[in-house]
Amino acid sequence: MRNLRLALDIALTHLLAKKRQTIIAMLGVTFGISMFIVMISFMQGVNQFTLDLALDGSPHVRIYNPIKNDRKSIIEQQGGPADAMYIVHHQKPKSELPKIKNGMRILRELEQWPGVQQAAPNLSTQVFYNSGSVQFAGSMIGCDILKENVMYDLENKLETGALEDLLTNPDGILLGNELAEKMNVKVGDRISISTPQGTILLMRVVGTFSFGFSAVDGMRSYATLASVQKILQKDPQYITDIVIRLEDYTQAKTLSKTLSQIYGYTAEDWETTNAAILAGEVIRNVMTFVVSLAMLVVAGFGIYNIMNMSILNKLKDIAILKATGFESGNIVSIFLLQSLIIGVLGGVLGVLTGGFFSYLISITPFPSGTGFNIETFPVLFEVKYYITGIVFGFLTTLFAGWFPARRASRVDPVDIIRG
Amino acid sequence: MQTILKADNIVKYFYQPEPFEVLKGVSFEAKKGEFLSVVGKSGCGKSTLLYILSTMDTDYQGNLQMNNETLTGLSQNALSRFRNEHMGFVFQFHYLLPEFTALKNVMLPALKLGKYSPKEVEERAYEKLNWMGMGDYALKRASRLSGGQQQRVAIARALVNDPAIIMGDEPTGNLDQTNTGIIFDIFMKLAKENGQTIIAVTHDKDFAAASDRIIEMSDGVIVN
Ligand SMILES: Nc1ncnc2c1ncn2[C@@H]1O[C@H](COP(=O)(O)OP(=O)(O)OP(=O)(O)O)[C@@H](O)[C@H]1O
Ligand SMILES: [Mg+2]
Repeated sequence: MRNLRLALDIALTHLLAKKRQTIIAMLGVTFGISMFIVMISFMQGVNQFTLDLALDGSPHVRIYNPIKNDRKSIIEQQGGPADAMYIVHHQKPKSELPKIKNGMRILRELEQWPGVQQAAPNLSTQVFYNSGSVQFAGSMIGCDILKENVMYDLENKLETGALEDLLTNPDGILLGNELAEKMNVKVGDRISISTPQGTILLMRVVGTFSFGFSAVDGMRSYATLASVQKILQKDPQYITDIVIRLEDYTQAKTLSKTLSQIYGYTAEDWETTNAAILAGEVIRNVMTFVVSLAMLVVAGFGIYNIMNMSILNKLKDIAILKATGFESGNIVSIFLLQSLIIGVLGGVLGVLTGGFFSYLISITPFPSGTGFNIETFPVLFEVKYYITGIVFGFLTTLFAGWFPARRASRVDPVDIIRG
Repeated sequence: MQTILKADNIVKYFYQPEPFEVLKGVSFEAKKGEFLSVVGKSGCGKSTLLYILSTMDTDYQGNLQMNNETLTGLSQNALSRFRNEHMGFVFQFHYLLPEFTALKNVMLPALKLGKYSPKEVEERAYEKLNWMGMGDYALKRASRLSGGQQQRVAIARALVNDPAIIMGDEPTGNLDQTNTGIIFDIFMKLAKENGQTIIAVTHDKDFAAASDRIIEMSDGVIVN
């Protein structure tokens, strides 16, 4: 302990005598660590943002009946010779409804399922929104609005109007806000909607909502199950999707496997639905790692070089210290402490500047027109990134300082003093 | 009187640029409280011998003992500790740590030893500096002192731990008559009153003549 204090005293004197070198070495570490903090805070912010987006805009599990096109040709089905080859050009899908048979019963079962917070029926269809002579393509979802609210927290996504009005208005409709803007309609206005089958229906806008990205806000509308069944001229049991919200969204993958086995329909988890936006996460993580590592290596080399140089300049001093009684271990301490002081000061400064630049990014306006409705860049402020930064800075300088320090401790004093 | 340092048949070679026997079997003894001068022509091996006696040079043949304890073959770290406690050394080229004050230079070996508190160490360092007439320069950086001043600080540093043996390689080489006299008197006083042993290489005839015993070297052997 006493030796360490003495070593610290000598180390500080050395550092202060060479302020410029000390500061340059320190700034190397500062740069590396702040870069690391900025990178990781921003990248993880983006990751979190896309995850929220994925979880916000899609159900945890969706059960539906896909239109299949891989049935056997009619000749094969009729049992022709097995070794013969049949070619049927452009086989069309069977005229089959994407209906979930017994949908309401499955729904009731799912509502009791352990881990399921809410299951809701959906009837979705392609529609055209007519705005004068112009038509906008989009989709319309017939739903039980109260259950849908639990699924997506629609209440909070509502920009104008009220969800309950959908219950009292049989011809009410909720429009995505971008869609409403395109059509230039407000709550209370009437709009006309046509289906691919050609039916036309007049509906009254009772509200507008915003999920925060164009793929939904510019396309989607919600109406009651009954209205959509009416447009499609289907019976009151007719639904195409069952959407599920889980208490723990990480269970989605396992549950969807089980459900598709039990019911024979396709059950898709949110990760599969959002594979495209989630794919960036791996790339961002690798990038953060590579850039941060490169920065730390550069900072480490900086310290290594400067310490090596300083030891070459201090051979005489090392010889004197050893001649007057300092042991190898004391010499290692003296020079390792210099690296560590540089590392810790540089690291602390790096964390501060890193935090500052992260903050600057977090208040930078996000460019509009990208399809995402956020005001500023997403940045995550997490204590653990800052601790990691300091620890990494410390380890890097420890490593970079170790070799020069050991070299210093091996100086033979008599070689130097003899001249 | 009690023998404190004993060198037995020390042989030292230099291999650069070609093998060359600098010390050809040097044996001698120093007694407790004795003030020795080592004299001889330049290049005869005085400094080389002193480095071996001071335990800094371990690359030799022969045997070195202090208080009947063998020093030859001890580890570098053990020898460092040994020097710290028992030996004071004034180099031929007065080496100080340039970034530290004169006071700190004197204090460092004592702080390392840890026998006294930092406060006491400072007092003792001041005392030694005052002996050398350097008290007024205590807080000056070593790099800003003149050659003779640096040499006197180096002597103070050699004395700070009250070592049993003090070695000097021309410790007064850069000093005027008056200062040489002062330092000679201090050395003599330390030898007689404290029983410390002084071994000083010198070219100064008067200095050598006034000491207890003169060891004369020539071409790597003791001739007298
Ligand atoms: N590192 C070395 N490598 C090779 N030869 C050396 C080395 N150091 C000293 N010598 C040689 O060893 C001999 C003795 O040198 P030393 O320094 O002991 O002389 P000295 O008696 O102290 O002389 P001076 O009075 O000038 O200081 C000299 O011939 C010198 O050239
Ligand atoms: Mg010499």
